[in-house]
Amino acid sequence: MRHLRAAAAVTLAMSVAAGVTGCGGGTSSAGGSNESPKTLTYWASNQGPSIEADKKILTPELKKFEKETGIKVKLEVVPWADLLNRILAATTSGQGPDVLNIGNTWSASLQATGALLPWDDKNFEAIGGRDRFIDSAVASAGKEGEPPAAVPLYSLSYALYYNKKMFADAGISTPPATWEQLVTDGKKLSKDGKWALGAEGANLSNNIHQAFALGQQHGADFFDEQGKADFTSDGAVAAVKQYVDFMAKDKIIAPGNAEYAQNQSLTDFAKGRTAMVLWQAAATTFAAQGMKPEDWGVAPVPVPSGAPGTGKQTNSMVAGINMAVFKNTKNIDGAKKFVKFMTSDDEQKILCKTYGSIPPVKAAQSDAAFSAPELKVLRDTLATSAAPLPQVPNESQFETAVGTAVKELFADAAAGTPVTTESVKARLEKAQQTMQQ
Amino acid sequence: MTAVTTDPKVDKPDGVRSTGTGDARRRLPRIPDRIRQGGLPYLLLLPAVLLELLIHIIPMIIGIVMSFRQLTQFFINNWGGAPWSGLDNYRIAVDFDAPIGEALLHSFLVTCVFTFFAVGLAWLFGITAAIMLQESFRGRGFLRAVFLVPYALPVYAAVITWAFMFQRDNGLVNHVLHDQLGLTDQPSFWLIGDNSIYALIIVSVWKGWPFAFLMLMAGLQNIPRELYEAASIDGAGIWQQIRRITLPSLRPVNQVLVLVLFLWTFNDFNTPYVLFGKSAPESADLISIHIYQSSFVTWNFGSGSAMSVLLLLFLLVVTAVYLFFTSRGRKGADA
Repeated sequence: MRHLRAAAAVTLAMSVAAGVTGCGGGTSSAGGSNESPKTLTYWASNQGPSIEADKKILTPELKKFEKETGIKVKLEVVPWADLLNRILAATTSGQGPDVLNIGNTWSASLQATGALLPWDDKNFEAIGGRDRFIDSAVASAGKEGEPPAAVPLYSLSYALYYNKKMFADAGISTPPATWEQLVTDGKKLSKDGKWALGAEGANLSNNIHQAFALGQQHGADFFDEQGKADFTSDGAVAAVKQYVDFMAKDKIIAPGNAEYAQNQSLTDFAKGRTAMVLWQAAATTFAAQGMKPEDWGVAPVPVPSGAPGTGKQTNSMVAGINMAVFKNTKNIDGAKKFVKFMTSDDEQKILCKTYGSIPPVKAAQSDAAFSAPELKVLRDTLATSAAPLPQVPNESQFETAVGTAVKELFADAAAGTPVTTESVKARLEKAQQTMQQ
Repeated sequence: MTAVTTDPKVDKPDGVRSTGTGDARRRLPRIPDRIRQGGLPYLLLLPAVLLELLIHIIPMIIGIVMSFRQLTQFFINNWGGAPWSGLDNYRIAVDFDAPIGEALLHSFLVTCVFTFFAVGLAWLFGITAAIMLQESFRGRGFLRAVFLVPYALPVYAAVITWAFMFQRDNGLVNHVLHDQLGLTDQPSFWLIGDNSIYALIIVSVWKGWPFAFLMLMAGLQNIPRELYEAASIDGAGIWQQIRRITLPSLRPVNQVLVLVLFLWTFNDFNTPYVLFGKSAPESADLISIHIYQSSFVTWNFGSGSAMSVLLLLFLLVVTAVYLFFTSRGRKGADA
């Protein structure tokens, strides 16, 4: 009886605990074929206000493609939060779409899996050539020196959005162009329960984006030339400290922002609770929150001094969505045709206008729509002063490790715990140690 | 939503003997004698065994195999070809002086503390409510139904609501504690920093206690009223009755209940994930999230699998030891 009980206990425990182990798996073929030349499956990332909205926007374009080529595209819009895991599952199982969207910061990580079609010169030629795209966007599509793992589809960069009325009330006539000015202005603006700058302290990706741009300004890359993590360089520490100090030392970010991770800082801005926010293409969100276009202005993200540019004057990461093709597609020619279609001048104009992003295709940027004040700032930043995040296979790990370090430092700042160079370095040291090389 | 009835046919908890099967056995038509005598039980078990294999055992074996491989993003496309790494993943996981092992140990200890309080409080609330609702009174059915609401709600919706309530600036919790009652000098953070573990325990208890309540209420139905009557004639007070009659009689129910609550709570992924996202604060870094992060966020599936296997072994040992010790005292209860 006792043996039976013991066996039952072991079985029960194994059954319940088994839930924490295990993953599916499989293999995928090494190259594409043309077994199914008349169909394609496309995973689009959720870019619009909802999945349904995206379907409405994309379906007419896909119909257009079908009319041109006879290839029927089966569309699935994937929510952003699920996209990476869905891609991982597809990569592992070999059961995925033919064409998909990826966040451009994941390019090198996904490139390392070997599951995506490399865009060598021959493949680029099939979609009109590499020169059609702006350099910074192509640089964010994979590791340097290797054929990109994807093609840029929608591009974005960061800008400084500011509340015109709050600036006028504080007697400030122009938006800050340097960080020093931002802090000076910020102190004037942070009063009576209102704050100067919004932040998403618990959003790991946003933390990385801000720390990276500031890191560039301090001459830090977060990775050395061999691709090894280098989070504790003086520049990296200074960059992270500068960002967290907006809350800890300068007191221009509200302590409550330390727990923001769901774009609450945009709501605060739209409601007039904060005067500035650093964001990518926020116009549609402000409109949705009831803010009129004339109420806010847009300026380049500040730099240490002078004007934005490359190197130490970099003021944004290259943000955006890339389009990739799974190597094991059964319609390789159709997939390339579809990428060519989606990155054609006309489609780029239509889609980027709709989504409020910047076309990574040079010719499409000439459209007047992309010269409106907001998009012009984003476009110029992208062209002259944005740099891609480190294109390393463990970029995802970097985002988590350093993003979490910044989140914890914000938590310290919000709780009144001093944020010092030593405490910043200690957090980054810990982040670096967890990077499994 | 259904109110719980006092149906005497409610499933008997583990440990209560069922009646024999001999009387009820009837000849089964159209089944050859050979199968009926030898193979039928196995035939009946087959679907369950197959499903168990497919859903649990095979993935578990795959997980164990993965834990001996260097399965990073470079190999997930063809993970059968990932190089063998022997015990490296395990060595890294249990090297508590190095950052990965240290973080895993921290996460394990946090999970132990969390589980202890979450299970303990859920059980305490469950038993209290079950005993209080044992006697019939006006409105008892309504209260029973209301108490089961947290158990009936979809976890995601419930936890996201808690996340809103725990927000520092606009949350209901701080509104009550700080604005209305003035219990804190300034609004506290609940979703970042050191208070996160309290938020996690509160949500977990809120989610878990109705199940304890339900199980214990069912268990209470099986305690004969005469025992209480006899005890009160002998002068036993309410506490004595609970200590000498209620708790010993509930022993078989509690044995299963605590085990199930322990396993659910220890492995709980939904609550911390919805509350904190993929990067939980240090004070609330539960092992389920930690392993998820090691696997799916940092793309090191070999390391994540090794951690999972270690967790599986731990839960196996704890469960086996627990059942061994709790079974020893069962003979008396079974009589």
